Amino acid sequence: MSVKRDLKTKLLTINMGPQHPATHGVLRLVLELDGETVVNCKPYVGYLHRGTEKLGENRTYPMALPLTDRLDYVSSMANNIGFCVAVERLLGIEVPERAKYIRTIMAELTRIANHIVWIATHALDIGAMTVFLYSMRDREWILELYEMACGARLTVTYPRIGGVRADVDQEFLDHCYKFTEEFPKRVEQYETLIDQNRIWLQRTKGIGVLTAEEAINLGLTGPTLRGSGVPYDVRKFAPYDAYDKVEFEVPVGKVGDVYDRYRCRMEEFRQSNSIIRQCLEKMPSGYVLAADAPGYDMAAGPRKKPAQPSAPKAEGAADTPQPPANQPAEQGPAFEEIYVATEVPKGELGFYFVSDGTGKPYRMRIRAPSFVHASALPKMCEGSLVADVIANIGTIDIVLGECDR
Amino acid sequence: MAQKVATKKAQKIAEEITELFATEIIEIKEFRGQVSLTLKKEKIKEILKYLKEEKGFNHLQDLCGVDYFPLKPRFEVVYNLYNIQERIHLRLKAKVDEESAQIDSIIDLWQGADWHERECFDMFGISFTGHPYLKRILMPEDWNGYPLRKDYPLKGKEIWKGFREILEANLQGGDR
Repeated sequence: MSVKRDLKTKLLTINMGPQHPATHGVLRLVLELDGETVVNCKPYVGYLHRGTEKLGENRTYPMALPLTDRLDYVSSMANNIGFCVAVERLLGIEVPERAKYIRTIMAELTRIANHIVWIATHALDIGAMTVFLYSMRDREWILELYEMACGARLTVTYPRIGGVRADVDQEFLDHCYKFTEEFPKRVEQYETLIDQNRIWLQRTKGIGVLTAEEAINLGLTGPTLRGSGVPYDVRKFAPYDAYDKVEFEVPVGKVGDVYDRYRCRMEEFRQSNSIIRQCLEKMPSGYVLAADAPGYDMAAGPRKKPAQPSAPKAEGAADTPQPPANQPAEQGPAFEEIYVATEVPKGELGFYFVSDGTGKPYRMRIRAPSFVHASALPKMCEGSLVADVIANIGTIDIVLGECDR
Repeated sequence: MAQKVATKKAQKIAEEITELFATEIIEIKEFRGQVSLTLKKEKIKEILKYLKEEKGFNHLQDLCGVDYFPLKPRFEVVYNLYNIQERIHLRLKAKVDEESAQIDSIIDLWQGADWHERECFDMFGISFTGHPYLKRILMPEDWNGYPLRKDYPLKGKEIWKGFREILEANLQGGDR
């Protein structure tokens, strides 16, 4: 049978989502197909928009904290920590050492929990079902650890501005240690299930390739960027909490395809595990909440400033009569702004605060990694096969709660 | 320690920009070790291009709008830049007034700015000249008003059309 080579076919437009099991939430893609090749891909987001930024402007800082749980609901602890770190830097609050270590443990447990959900759903999408069952078992373990520390499992609100809500007990530390002993074996289990699986390799190698330059230009962060070989990790570049006191490596990929990003995240499992281990060993005793931490009774009106935040560089100058002299100048709305990024499991979570000196943020901007990653989908999908769209959605690791805010 | 070095470097770059684009600078501020430059909006793209190509600020961390309602000029578009090579953070803020709420799009410098600009348009009504597809992104397409403006009430001004249709259908005892 002979087929005419220059046969013209009509482009087919199909709608994928918003209700689709492989889009990880309510993401809608409009795909234009030429046969099986994607010619045009247009993502539509916003189905889960709740106006978190506007809500934040109408609440005091401590009251805005629970909103951040609802952004990326599979790694809520990391979102809380990101918010707290940003507000602490804005208000100039120094966190006690023990709280820093606890938060680092929590952030890394969250990273593991998030990557577990990622490997489970990503493998399920591509066709390896078994991984899902094994990894959900291990996620349960982490959720139990959360429960032990704060009573909640998913939307935790455990970290506080200036520390954490309550100290962890010995039982938690013991269980956590047991977890770090056991978990590397579990990672090996996942790897034996998929690392040499021929279908997995064919579905991931050489798919969704992004060069380092393209990835930076698109604004990608986290393991999605590191898969392309750029070692940008906020934990290393601008350390917060106890990250400057622990040793860890930042795994990077070479080619920048789906497989490399998978390898990066698998390696992060081990690094996170080692960070938790180091934190448990080095954890000092002491308070877990700063003395000047704002509580839930933080007034919405002008806040008192404990220290003089405006001039950190005038150290040598004699500053005896300064505080009374500065008082009248603070009457007007003197805006201060700060952008603080933290490394959440999905990438760089940035909080940009504009403060007018009151207990409420004047502007609370959330730079969500999922939002930026979702915008990279057309670049990755156009020109590839329609089946690879699923692999590409999985590899950028998005959660639509965070994307739509 | 590393923070102080980065701040020094950022200040030096801010000074260089002041020399090159002296007429554009409104204010240079430092707060908690972060240097921010307030600029006029006309040459913002040129300045960003200079920073990206000459100074190595390759990572656009964030782009967002801020509304200072009673003040004039009313809006501000904020660019948070990062130099991955040298680990320097720098913030540019371009003043945009309400009457001509528009600014140059930087989508051909950073592709990642695409959705940020759309969101800024969606939430503040600032339009970006040169953006290929400037449509609402988070709000429904037929939404009235710009939600993150300070004169927009928290609960909104009216019930959205799509919602109203459902409510009315329920009141009339429809098949739901």
